[in-house]
Amino acid sequence: MIPASFDYKRAESVDEAIALLGEHGDEAKLLAGGHSLLPLMKLRLATPSFLIDVGRLKDLSYIRDAGDHIAIGALTRHRDVEISDLLAAEVPLLARAASTVGDPQVRHRGTLGGTLAHADPASDLPAVILALGGTLVAQGPGGSREIAATDFFQGFLETALAEDEMITEVRVPKFGGKGWSFQKFTRRSQDWAIVGVAAVVANGSTGIALVNMASTPVRASGVESALAGGASATDAAAQAADGLEPGADLNASTEYRQHLARVLVRRALEEAGV
Amino acid sequence: MTVNGSQQEHEVEPRLLLVHYIREVVGLTGTNIGCDTSSCGACTVHIDGESVKSCTVLAVQADGSSIKTIEGLADPDGTMHPMQEAFRENHGLQCGYCTPGMVMAAVSLLEEQPHPTEAEVREGLEGNLCRCTGYHNIVKAVLAAAGSAAPSGGAS
Amino acid sequence: MSILGNRVLRKEDPKFLTVGGSYVDDLKLEGAAHVTYVRSTMAHARILSIDVDEARSAPGVLAVLTAADIDLAPIAPNGMMNSAMVQQWLASDITRFVGEAVAIVITEERYQGTDAAELVFVDYEPLPVLIDQEAAVGSEVQLFPEAGTNVSMKIDFGEDPDFFAGCDVVVRQRIVNQRVAPCPLEVRAAACRWSDDGRVTQWASTQGAHSVKGDIAKYLGIEPEDIRVIAGPDVGGGFGAKIGVYTEELLLPWLSKRVGRPLKWVETRSESMVNLGHGRGQVQHAEIGGTRDGRVLAYRLDVVQDGGAYPKMGSILPFMTRTMLGGVYDIPKMEFHSRSVVTNTTPTVAYRGAGRPEATAAIERAMDLYAAEIGMDPVEVRRKNLIAKDAFPFTTPVGTTYDIGDYDRALDLVLEAAGYTDLRAEQQRRRESGDRRLLGIGLSVYVEITAGPGSPREFGAVEVKPDGKVIVRTGSSSHGQGHATAFSMLVADRLGVELDDVEVIHGDTDIVPRGQGTMGSRSLQAGGTAIVRAADQVVNMAKSVAADLLEASAEDIVFDPADRQFHVAGTPAVAKTWDEVATVAHQGEGLAAEIDYKGAGATFPFGAHLVVVEVDRDTGKVEVKRIVAVDDAGRILNPLLADGQVHGGLAQGVAQALLEEVLYDEDGNPVTSNLADYAFISAAELPSFERTQMETPTPLNDLGAKGIGESGTIGSTPAVHNAVIDAVAHLGVRHIDMPCTAEKVWRAIGDATT
Repeated sequence: MIPASFDYKRAESVDEAIALLGEHGDEAKLLAGGHSLLPLMKLRLATPSFLIDVGRLKDLSYIRDAGDHIAIGALTRHRDVEISDLLAAEVPLLARAASTVGDPQVRHRGTLGGTLAHADPASDLPAVILALGGTLVAQGPGGSREIAATDFFQGFLETALAEDEMITEVRVPKFGGKGWSFQKFTRRSQDWAIVGVAAVVANGSTGIALVNMASTPVRASGVESALAGGASATDAAAQAADGLEPGADLNASTEYRQHLARVLVRRALEEAGV
Repeated sequence: MTVNGSQQEHEVEPRLLLVHYIREVVGLTGTNIGCDTSSCGACTVHIDGESVKSCTVLAVQADGSSIKTIEGLADPDGTMHPMQEAFRENHGLQCGYCTPGMVMAAVSLLEEQPHPTEAEVREGLEGNLCRCTGYHNIVKAVLAAAGSAAPSGGAS
Repeated sequence: MSILGNRVLRKEDPKFLTVGGSYVDDLKLEGAAHVTYVRSTMAHARILSIDVDEARSAPGVLAVLTAADIDLAPIAPNGMMNSAMVQQWLASDITRFVGEAVAIVITEERYQGTDAAELVFVDYEPLPVLIDQEAAVGSEVQLFPEAGTNVSMKIDFGEDPDFFAGCDVVVRQRIVNQRVAPCPLEVRAAACRWSDDGRVTQWASTQGAHSVKGDIAKYLGIEPEDIRVIAGPDVGGGFGAKIGVYTEELLLPWLSKRVGRPLKWVETRSESMVNLGHGRGQVQHAEIGGTRDGRVLAYRLDVVQDGGAYPKMGSILPFMTRTMLGGVYDIPKMEFHSRSVVTNTTPTVAYRGAGRPEATAAIERAMDLYAAEIGMDPVEVRRKNLIAKDAFPFTTPVGTTYDIGDYDRALDLVLEAAGYTDLRAEQQRRRESGDRRLLGIGLSVYVEITAGPGSPREFGAVEVKPDGKVIVRTGSSSHGQGHATAFSMLVADRLGVELDDVEVIHGDTDIVPRGQGTMGSRSLQAGGTAIVRAADQVVNMAKSVAADLLEASAEDIVFDPADRQFHVAGTPAVAKTWDEVATVAHQGEGLAAEIDYKGAGATFPFGAHLVVVEVDRDTGKVEVKRIVAVDDAGRILNPLLADGQVHGGLAQGVAQALLEEVLYDEDGNPVTSNLADYAFISAAELPSFERTQMETPTPLNDLGAKGIGESGTIGSTPAVHNAVIDAVAHLGVRHIDMPCTAEKVWRAIGDATT
């Protein structure tokens, strides 16, 4: 399995990458770690005619304390997220979830910005950023803008990014060592989640997002509002799949995914101390 | 880039996968290909000291990097790396096809986690598939290389 | 002291560990072009036209061929099959499964082949698709209308209207032994080169070089002496799926001649998942009858075997299921019926165990069902019905004669090693305390047949060179088993040479004149015995030389491999060294012998496996906590290699019981056609294994050895399967089909408790 032919350019700066995106339109794709894009290209499910390699923009690889939040460069690899002391202290949910992405080899290449831009509902980190109430910084020809994670994921593999924008930074609020949980139910260890749950308790409210329960990563808003209304964790968790009709595939039926969402949300809430 | 310390310069098609570059352009065939979905890990090599699946990296992406393959693991005088020794000593290979990738993944694992538990070794090798060994002796080999205790149970 | 029975490290390993093996794709074949097959995207369709024009003009394309270009006789099925079910080299008018080859693209470079194959356009007219094997038996939809049926082969053994007479209880269960993918890490690959002298060399990733040679001669009309086949040189696993020869590789010499270039063909994993034969694929109806106090009186199995689109070895395997029908139990009456059918799926072939795991799975599940029905512990029911130690050789009602066994002992050992009583107590404790982690304990006592059916045969040759090195040639060949080490040990033992002085050559038909290959757990008992006999013959030749030198009769000469000296019996002080004798021998006839071994009969390894699982009551997810295995493969040559064989088998057993299954959608599209979708088991899903080796030597060969390659899979699969059901049995669950995925277990709990 070999990708179809394409042209390739390594961008030396964010501005150059954005200029190239503008020049080549929807024929072009950004290539970061490549672990979302290249598998699709090898199966020829994606056939971009131009790849803009942003993998060497090392100044987009950082994890910084920015006061009330942690700022993470878009090209920070899963491995770096996984082992970051800063994240372990301030946003342990993200570090933990990153440690379960794919396998070690994948984590050595895959990037946070890449997985968010790919926006696969079966990916772990989009749901985590959503649960955390994170913000994405996107840069385009006219400058930068902030996009709330809740506004970012718009459809199956669709995001709020314009064709000529790229994610440069991800901001996640600090929540310290308060309650959190990441539940991932897989067939095999290396597989995508059949269902996953990211939960975090911050500022008195609980953020919960679900992996692989819809065409996008999705907040379990029914559970969140039930908790806000004083429901017990068990009662709130029972609503985890309300209004969600996840697709059936070879790993699970719709009904089983709904069941798993309820079980895993309950476990997540228990672990998070809700 | 360098491959096992030797400087390599070639003009290649952008779509050339690193694994094909290593095997067919550089001519080192120890690294194998076992799937096309980044699942099996047979193609695992090190880029700048870390394990990666070379079927999911373009050769051009690795430009300027330092690549190490199974052929570059032993000392130049032929002395095997402790991980290679441990695989042999513990019968951690049979048909040999997954072996180069498995060994490279295991070396990288111990660099990051020098004293793993058995469960950590199993999780750490989740991206490397083997059909022959049932993994028992592979896990044993990695623990032996790490100087840890052998797994419970064990051979007769 | 003899080296036999010692834990000897493999000679093969340094190469694999430092530079990697030499697999077919590693060959640097000067001037080779690449072959790419264009695959059918339809499961059942009439091919109206194939447009190859665009592909022919794509960069690097040397040739594009379709069925119309191939003037070779089609592949007839094995003689036991319906003879109308023939396979064309490329699908010509009808395609019968997704993945079937419909065109060939030959290009200068590999990447060009992938590109050009996309430019071959096939116009299909869809036909009704047949996926369900049970429906296939009487379906109006027929894959070969000229055959008049989808049934390729039938077996009917026994027809007794009063079969269950005298039984207090009869338990019936439909059991699915699902289709799985063998998945050797190396996919199929072949390369081919004609030389100027008119001979052709074919490199193949195969379990038997000689059968490749035979098929090339047979189908391509090339004289056998003009064909050289090399297995590998290294072969990256086979597991049964590389026993048969595939059209894609067979065609290479013909294609190579046509384009005048050496050729290389290496499939992708995605191709391999739908073209390398699949394994298992039986739907079984088991019926077991017996008394209330646990004596089994009658057992009947009715099988529908899915053969896939063309009947290959998989369609014959019910014969092996029949052979091992009643397993380790002394059951007075047995019946067996099977129908092998064609469906619009990948053909099925042998996969580790090949027909015997299906027999064991059925009887071991049936025993548990029967035990549950009469409210008896599964151990006790087994104990009451095991064939007694003193009953061997034992002929079962289906006519299979087991050589030797001690099944009670195997059962005792596994229960002791596992701590069965404590496990049951822990299970009870968890059930009573409402623990959501349910404990399941599963048992399987198995016997299987190796190097059978019929007599084991193999070619073996030993030659001592003037420099003292020993060359061993064997018709068996390695695809991971460690033949070089094992056979070197045998020769070192007989001749008193160092392991490193022995070179084992296999898998090259120019050097090894005949051979069966490696399958059915036969290498040591057949190939090994041949080598031992050849080595003994060499020693006898040396003895007669020594007799001349010592002025004695050859019968009186003693050779001691430990000090490598010949002397006359009773006078060890006057001796000739091996080197002295060999020097003289090499002035004459030399020291070389060839043996075509034919053994007395197949052997029957046995054992008992106990598996402990935890089932998550809320999600149905199963975690394997322990696998305790007692295996008896007769005398063990090298425990290191024996362990390795069993370990791999155990993992494949867990894989089938819990994870792996080849699936098709209703249109016949494969949905598990890569290793992301197919749940190939990894290290993270397995525990370490606990093994005990029993050694009950077989009387049937010189080594006392039985096969060990497949027993791990045969024994473990039902033990895992039974453990899962045992974990949820108290909730009212009676049976769950494999693979016992989390969702299936969750549903079974739900169905039983609501």
